[in-house]
Amino acid sequence: MVTTFLFGLIALIMVLAALVAVTNRNLVRATMGLVLVLFGNAVLFVLLEAYFLAMAQIIIYIGAIAILIVFAIMLTRHVGEDWGPAFHRAWPWALVIAGGLGGALLFWMVRWPGGENTPAGQVDPNYVQALGQALVNPQGYVVPFEVASVLLLAALIGAIYVAWGGRRVKGPYPQRAEGGER
Amino acid sequence: MVPLGAYLLLSAVLFTLGAFGALARKSAVAILIGLELMFNAALLNAVAFWRYLHPQGFEGTVFAIVILAVAAAEVAVGLALFIAVYRRFGTADADDIALLRG
Repeated sequence: MVTTFLFGLIALIMVLAALVAVTNRNLVRATMGLVLVLFGNAVLFVLLEAYFLAMAQIIIYIGAIAILIVFAIMLTRHVGEDWGPAFHRAWPWALVIAGGLGGALLFWMVRWPGGENTPAGQVDPNYVQALGQALVNPQGYVVPFEVASVLLLAALIGAIYVAWGGRRVKGPYPQRAEGGER
Repeated sequence: MVPLGAYLLLSAVLFTLGAFGALARKSAVAILIGLELMFNAALLNAVAFWRYLHPQGFEGTVFAIVILAVAAAEVAVGLALFIAVYRRFGTADADDIALLRG
């Protein structure tokens, strides 16, 4: 059926893009592979009828996080510099460890009897509206919502401080007038 | 209809690829890309479980939203650290950022 075919196609694209993302020397190409995986994830969320999460995935992951990664790459390259080798010297060990992890995961997964499940019920057509109300309901999920917000605020303040260079800015910018370091 | 196991299998494969990327790569940004792949695999897992087991509840979606927020915070801090480290060492290479040598 259409859903199964679409799932197979998206899954194949995602795995190939993930392979590009982890093996390409060129970091911008690796980031584009990551963007393809993120977009495939959003399509799968639509297939799973999680429409709010699909939009959140596109806006937050692709629209903010992937762009941030590209910024970091652009800010830290010298022009015309070679990308260098993709892997460090001990990469076969990484293959062993990751393969062991994946193997253990699959080993326990096939023993779980719920793998043939079909979807349990229908998703409420007003799900997003009900989700919005649940996220601010004191008897609902307002605590995780607020905790995530505070976490984001703390992380962003920390990121600004770390990336700024710390203590070099004092007072009303006398350094700027002298052309000194910020 | 796609069985739940298919989503879990895809999630496991993506997670393994992300783990390999995070462990085997040289550049710090490439390690972050591997970490993001792992986060996305976990997110896909959470949403698949929500849809297939409790589609009328909100716990699955709230869990997924918190994963998304934590991943965003982690990337922001990680990249800020990366920029600060690059300023200090002049290189983005994870092998060269080694003050605790021997």
